[in-house]
Amino acid sequence: MRMQIKNIRIIDPLQKKDSIGDIFIENGKIVSKFSSNTSNEACKIIDGKGKIAVPGLIDVHSHLRDPGQEEKETIYTGTRSAAKGGITTVFCMPNTRPVIDNAPTVEFILLKTQKEGLVNVFPIGCATKGSQGVELSEIGILKKAGIVAVSDDGLPIANSQIMRRTLEYTKMFQLPVISHSEDKELSKNGVMNEGKNSMVLGLRGIPKQAEEVMVSRDIMLAELTGGYLHIAHVSTAGSVDLVRQAKKKGIKVTAETCPHYFTLTDDIVKLYDTNTKMNPPLREKKDIDAIKQGLVDGTIDCIATDHAPHAQEEKNREFDLAPFGIIGFETILSLVLNELVDKGVLSLSEAISKMTSNPAKIFNLSRRGTLKEGSIADITIINPEHSYEFKKENIVSKSKNSPFIGRRFKGGAEMTIVAGNIVWKV
Amino acid sequence: MSLNRKDLLGLEHLDKKDLQAILDLVKPFKSLFTRSVKKTPTLIGKTVVMLFYEPSTRTRTSFEIAAKRLSADVVNIAINTSSVVKGESLIDTGKTLEAMKADFVIIRHSLAGAPDILARNLNASIINAGDGFHEHPTQGLLDLYTMYEKKKKFEGLKVLLVGDILHSRVAKSNIWALTKMGAEVAVVGPPTLIPSNIEGLGVKVYYDLDEAVKKVDVVNILRIQLERQQENLFPSVHEYVELYQLTKERLAMAKPGVLIMHPGPMNRGIEISSDVADSRNAVINEQVTNGIAVRMAVLYLLKPNKQVKKNENAD
Repeated sequence: MRMQIKNIRIIDPLQKKDSIGDIFIENGKIVSKFSSNTSNEACKIIDGKGKIAVPGLIDVHSHLRDPGQEEKETIYTGTRSAAKGGITTVFCMPNTRPVIDNAPTVEFILLKTQKEGLVNVFPIGCATKGSQGVELSEIGILKKAGIVAVSDDGLPIANSQIMRRTLEYTKMFQLPVISHSEDKELSKNGVMNEGKNSMVLGLRGIPKQAEEVMVSRDIMLAELTGGYLHIAHVSTAGSVDLVRQAKKKGIKVTAETCPHYFTLTDDIVKLYDTNTKMNPPLREKKDIDAIKQGLVDGTIDCIATDHAPHAQEEKNREFDLAPFGIIGFETILSLVLNELVDKGVLSLSEAISKMTSNPAKIFNLSRRGTLKEGSIADITIINPEHSYEFKKENIVSKSKNSPFIGRRFKGGAEMTIVAGNIVWKV
Repeated sequence: MSLNRKDLLGLEHLDKKDLQAILDLVKPFKSLFTRSVKKTPTLIGKTVVMLFYEPSTRTRTSFEIAAKRLSADVVNIAINTSSVVKGESLIDTGKTLEAMKADFVIIRHSLAGAPDILARNLNASIINAGDGFHEHPTQGLLDLYTMYEKKKKFEGLKVLLVGDILHSRVAKSNIWALTKMGAEVAVVGPPTLIPSNIEGLGVKVYYDLDEAVKKVDVVNILRIQLERQQENLFPSVHEYVELYQLTKERLAMAKPGVLIMHPGPMNRGIEISSDVADSRNAVINEQVTNGIAVRMAVLYLLKPNKQVKKNENAD
């Protein structure tokens, strides 16, 4: 099967390319021109005029809930939601039921993805058995099964010695250790950012320091061990500073943030809307500014969704009792375009690099995150002119917990191509 | 006259005019109490449901008497014998009450925002009778009225709130109401029990009760919950008593006509000494009487949704 996308603006941050041209796809790979011995095969022609082709987006932080919590999301619905959002590769966090601390669960996810998935799914394995923070999981076996990183995500490793061992042991596999940085004692019972808004609403606060204390500890342990540390969902100005200083010192640390952390502040919690409840919580204007600065100067390498679906009945209740998390696959691209590119924070190429070449490099994904010849043909086609309202009834994810419902966007994914196949088209 | 609102969720969103409208109505309702027939037919045929998820004697009884004096039919839901113990959600419980055509739901809940959630999902008027650490608007109003009755003014009135400000919905409602009316509010307590952003509400912070008590016209003492000690918010009840109990000696440092208030229930011998609670300065029982008239005024002024609102997008 061959495909030719004609007259399209091609942006490939890895090659520093931004020009109008054609993309040729043959046997699921990007080629510079079709080989002569396939010239009698059918060729699909796509007119790319006015559109932008970028490497398929890679989302390094999501929760697919499969296996075990299929009422929230499944690989079937989750990968469709991702495809609609222009994402061709998702990493899924290991807090499934059972957790991903064993090879059979990794294999289950990969097989189910083959069977019913629309996009690539790469599991993240538990750093410790059962995510209990006590004993290392069998990371070598998990790596062979196909994990791309380890993390205990929402149950961060409290014991500094265990975290040290994790960072040390994973070095031989070059596996990044993803830190959901949270001091659980400091954040205990907290449900939103600690500040004036939490005081007025009578909700228990989570201080920024609950994140920063752990970012700082993990950076120190990365320095000690030489391990590969990746800081998940940076939400505070202080964390941005800590990562910036660490990078200056040459410590192997990378970081991600999520669209909501550069778009929304805790002012939006006002009506006890549980779709504004996530962990880490929405912070303040000065944090948004610092995160944008961190994206500009390269302190923050990736933009990920932390897609965290929850069923309606779990969210539609008292703020304290609702679970943390919002969905994100279907809004990430539009938010990046509108909040970062249109506002002049990042160039389009810089913005795209945070969702393509940077994650591919950090997590050692070969032949992805670029449109270079020989790469796997994962491609996202953007329509920069598409204006739309993000409506609840149009959400493809099984869950609808988004604070962006009702928001108007300009620009979004028009077509999503995975390994040369069109998996989603507006 | 009405407040032009369906619900009373907190005093944060009321303005001075609204507060004054409520205060103006309290006196006529209160004058009813000394008559032989203490009832008006205002809410005849209306159903008031009391949905109390937390224990309460005075607030629940006060609302019940207020509603009955307005001739409403009052239903009490005892949470421990209701379907809540079978796991029914707050919204479903609310919808059930709505289907039974409740006109008012008065809710007390241990979690902040629970009344807001009901208000968004129901056509009935929701009155917050205390939600978590958020607000207790009718307590704030009855405190406001009691100060107004005794001191006749708010402009320049100095009010001190003593104790656990962090976990106090009463403090929050007092601060909103008093600052809007032009009074000066100060709080005193250990830093662990005072939210760091409280000054943003226009409130002065003291840690030393001896210093603070000298300057004020009203001292409103908050109940200290003894389980806070287990959270290490203060080292011992013994030390709390030493630093923050309003004693006879401390009362002697205050202005002679100082009003002593307490929302109850009191821990005598902990945040307030018995002799102060029973002193001539204390208006604690008058607060209770005023509470009924204030709640009558609130029930009178709220306007339930007549039209059936489509249940749009409840989160």
